[in-house]
Amino acid sequence: MTKRPVKAKEEVGTTGHSWDGIEELNNPLPRWWLWTFYACIVWALLYTIAYPAWPGLTKATPGLLGHSTRADVAAEIGRFEAANAPIEAKLVAADLTAISADPELANYTQNAGGAVFRTWCAQCHGSGAAGAVGYPNLLDNDWLWGGGIEDIHLTVTHGIRNNEDGDARYSQMPAFGTDELLEPAQIDAVVQHVMAISGQEHDAALATEGATVFAENCAACHLEDGTGDRAQGAPNLTDAIWLYGGDVASLTQTVNNARFGVMPNWSTRLSEAEIRAVASYVHGLGGGE
Amino acid sequence: MWDYIKLIALGAVAVLAAIAANYARDLPYMVNALTVMLAASVTFLWVLRSMGDARPVLANEYNDGVIRAGVIATSLWGVVGFLAGTFIAFQLAFPDLNFGFAEGYMNFGKLRPLHTSAVIFAFGGNALLMSSFYVVQRTSAARLWGGNLAWFVFWGYNLFIVLAATGYILGATQSKEYAEPEWYVDIWLTIVWVAYLAVFMGTLLKRREKHIYVANWFYLSFIVTIAMLHIVNNLAIPVSVFGSKSVQLFAGVQDAMTQWWYGHNAVGFFLTAGFLGMMYYFVPKQAERPVFSYKLSIIHFWALIFLYIWAGPHHLHYTALPDWAATLGMVFSIMLWMPSWGGMINGLMTLSGAWDKLRTDPIIRMMVVSIGFYGMSTFEGPMMSIKAVNSLSHYTDWTIGHVHSGALGWNGMITFGTLYFLVPRLWNRERLYSLSLVSWHFWLATIGIVLYASSMWVTGIMEGLMWREVDSQGFLVNAFADTVSAKFPMYVVRGLGGVLYLAGGVIMVYNLWATVARQPARSANVSAAVPAE
Repeated sequence: MTKRPVKAKEEVGTTGHSWDGIEELNNPLPRWWLWTFYACIVWALLYTIAYPAWPGLTKATPGLLGHSTRADVAAEIGRFEAANAPIEAKLVAADLTAISADPELANYTQNAGGAVFRTWCAQCHGSGAAGAVGYPNLLDNDWLWGGGIEDIHLTVTHGIRNNEDGDARYSQMPAFGTDELLEPAQIDAVVQHVMAISGQEHDAALATEGATVFAENCAACHLEDGTGDRAQGAPNLTDAIWLYGGDVASLTQTVNNARFGVMPNWSTRLSEAEIRAVASYVHGLGGGE
Repeated sequence: MWDYIKLIALGAVAVLAAIAANYARDLPYMVNALTVMLAASVTFLWVLRSMGDARPVLANEYNDGVIRAGVIATSLWGVVGFLAGTFIAFQLAFPDLNFGFAEGYMNFGKLRPLHTSAVIFAFGGNALLMSSFYVVQRTSAARLWGGNLAWFVFWGYNLFIVLAATGYILGATQSKEYAEPEWYVDIWLTIVWVAYLAVFMGTLLKRREKHIYVANWFYLSFIVTIAMLHIVNNLAIPVSVFGSKSVQLFAGVQDAMTQWWYGHNAVGFFLTAGFLGMMYYFVPKQAERPVFSYKLSIIHFWALIFLYIWAGPHHLHYTALPDWAATLGMVFSIMLWMPSWGGMINGLMTLSGAWDKLRTDPIIRMMVVSIGFYGMSTFEGPMMSIKAVNSLSHYTDWTIGHVHSGALGWNGMITFGTLYFLVPRLWNRERLYSLSLVSWHFWLATIGIVLYASSMWVTGIMEGLMWREVDSQGFLVNAFADTVSAKFPMYVVRGLGGVLYLAGGVIMVYNLWATVARQPARSANVSAAVPAE
């Protein structure tokens, strides 16, 4: 293509029209523009011959290359699944407690479990597994339902307090205030007692009063000394770790309305190998027992 | 007689709206009905009080009043839209700005459609309405057809915007991007749009020039196509005539395809063809140069409107859409590249022989940068429609950056140039209040766009790469939240870009106001319709 200087108005002339003082020059189409346009059209035609493109009555032309995005995805997934099949078979067959001792399985569950965690668990428990208000921190050694690999495996498989899985871990704290099981004064007292056993600043007189309330209403699940019961998912109240907050206001709200944290049963969405991988990953985060 | 018919119609509308408000099944419907009742009542009183007034016949004078109103609306809606955009940009960077006390009204989800509708439909729409009324009169040497129908179009369109905006905030939405307004607001817009088409066509038909100027082809294609898109994409069945909720006629992937056929061509015909109409009049006028090539304008016009309408499927790559539709959407987008660039060439080359004006005239500078951004985003668009590129860019901030380099750069800047061109002429002023303020506006806006677009390229490509990153065993490496936290610094940069662009808009409004309020009037009146040849 030769570069032609743009001609002045006098050389190319105008179309002879004028609208509100606007005239139009008679310049030809820029040649590079026209040829690029043609090239795009030719390329488009060739592409539609090579790839699925033109619709007919029942189906479209498949294209000479036989390309299909769905087949591409299936092939890519299939490639990884085939590559991972032997190790997954080994993982499913292995004894849960033996995973961490086997370097091959430990390495695999670290990668696979981490990926499962970041995809499915991070929304509630955080991408670093440090939890949030209402969603337990998985890095510490304070466990609601047990921190052994088998406990974690059960929790992930069946979930907590969901209606979808009959084997879900289940327990329910009574709403002592809203269901009028306790008087407001009793609630204030028992809250002070919990403040006392968790080593926080408290009203000693009220706390003593609260100890009786605690023994009669709370000890069945949280035990006499308030250290909790993992069989019922009842938290330890004597440490400094709180799921919903350990200040007077949060505790009062908890006693008044109770809490009902739910976790899905992942067995419907994840394979057994994936569940084992994520259980092993969480177990290995630092707090596993 | 005509006045009596108007009074009866307005009275009936007011009463029906009151009845609708009484039986309303939801809050947004009730508020919208009350708004309509108020609008009809005020118009009723206005018609009643002006009955019997002597009305001079102004057949040979341009109808510029409605354009002045349009200039004011464009400027004010622009600032509102930029403000909303800047605020939601900071909401994304600092989620605490989703204030607890305003939950359900001022959270990101409610304000986002408010922002997009305010800039596209309120700012852009008013700019197109008023500039098309100006251009069609000047290039046809005829007064707008239909008497006060142009005023109905202006007020009706702005009522549509108020109904849509209050609906969004209170929760009435079809959940279709750029087509959020519910069924009764859609019906109202259809009525207004038909009136718009009638005014525009009527004026063209009674033109006193032999040929129709190219700008008017673009405006007409915009008006006709938007009517078609609007009607098809909003086919829905209301759940109740007294409620805002409706059910879409299409379902599943057909609905998605209809939506993006609409969405893509809203960009194509609203933001491209309509604004090219603006470009084809105001650039040669401001540059005082002839249009570069008549041939190019014909070829690129027909190529553009023929090819644009097929490109919608590229919004649905790698979804439930069949492969063949995605292929067609992609190849039509590639073919669209040169037809789009035809407008850029014609705009830029029109300045040949007048390039020195870039140094002295900040309005020309604005128009040139606008055409430059037009060229850039019409290259970026076809590139992003290529499936391999789209697999990285789709769902990322790159798309947001692309849209904004087009909207802020092309649509915004050409509209600012047009407003600076129009205000002294419409209010009969010698010159603008301050050219140095125009320069300030130019630089603030340009730097703002650069910050916006570059920060979105960075975050878009980064998050695209992070999403697809898998390890050797095929497992994802990053959590979604990791990509969100990685984007934070660029989100702040984007917000700052918005602040600059908004500041430029505020300066413009002040400058335009001062032009009207502080500049002496020019003596000769120039609004008589005279054919150019």
